[in-house]
Amino acid sequence: MHELAATQQILEIAINKARENQVSRIRRINLVIGDLSSFVDDSIQFSFDILTQNTMAEKALLSIQRIPVELLCKNCKRPFTPHTQPWRCPQCQSIEFDIIKGTEFYLDSIEVDE
Amino acid sequence: MKINILQDIMSANDRIAAKNQQLLEENQVIAINIMSSPGAGKTTLLLETLRRLKSKFKMAVIEADIASTVDAERIIEEGVPATQINTGGECHIDANMLSQALSQVNLKGLDLLFIENVGNLVCPAEFRLGVTKSIMLLSVPEGHDKPYKYPLMFTTTDAILVSKMDYLPLSDFDMPLFKQVVSGMNPKARIIPISAKTGQGMPDWIDWLESLLEKKYK
Repeated sequence: MHELAATQQILEIAINKARENQVSRIRRINLVIGDLSSFVDDSIQFSFDILTQNTMAEKALLSIQRIPVELLCKNCKRPFTPHTQPWRCPQCQSIEFDIIKGTEFYLDSIEVDE
Repeated sequence: MKINILQDIMSANDRIAAKNQQLLEENQVIAINIMSSPGAGKTTLLLETLRRLKSKFKMAVIEADIASTVDAERIIEEGVPATQINTGGECHIDANMLSQALSQVNLKGLDLLFIENVGNLVCPAEFRLGVTKSIMLLSVPEGHDKPYKYPLMFTTTDAILVSKMDYLPLSDFDMPLFKQVVSGMNPKARIIPISAKTGQGMPDWIDWLESLLEKKYK
């Protein structure tokens, strides 16, 4: 439900950057979202289609790269992607870890007409 | 042509959060963001907390709900000033909404400001507000398996209150497992089992709040 506000931010950052570079048309927006974030691709796409109307990003392709969760076991120091619950290190069975990937939510790049 | 950006989408929110933090620090206000599912007992905990602390500290509450002012009215009946934010359908409060609410709160001489977020275990965790501490409630009837379903909430909070402890004998809630799982994900979080109804754990929670205030007066 909070995708609309987030998508407004995405567009604002993208359009400002395009203007700084004096380009008039955005063809593609490359977004990165970690699997631990609560942002839903379809909801972002839905907001994107509406918000880009009559802007330089109208009909631009929205590409979303998903980053799987990666944890670092505090016991044996190995990184792992959890597949089962509770999250457990496959090596040493520890349940103590740091989250190293999966919380990303950033605008990676835009592709524009020169 | 490709233009690299690498900018966090939440950076605009985070900038406003930093201003909120500065404003709160300038006024030496300890601000606590309270999050949970709807019905986990945020307002009940808050009312009970205000009753126990209002003779000692100057407090205020910001209540956020999608609609209605019922919660703020209950706080005001307790003799504590409350400001209601209606988020108008948004499932969380963001730094900008808090900034607007802060402009309506008299921060001068205030010790503690509670911000009751919209009932939701998902979205509120995504938005930094600039508060001193964020806490969450998980009520016993919700079940001990929630940390894996809502990891962001459980890993971004400073204290996790397990509420409605009076229901524990009736439920399958596995407290040792829950504690083990949470401390694995978020070792810095303090876990405090409470029941606002029976008073169980309330002194621990009050101590935790008072320890924040002691730092302020050091």
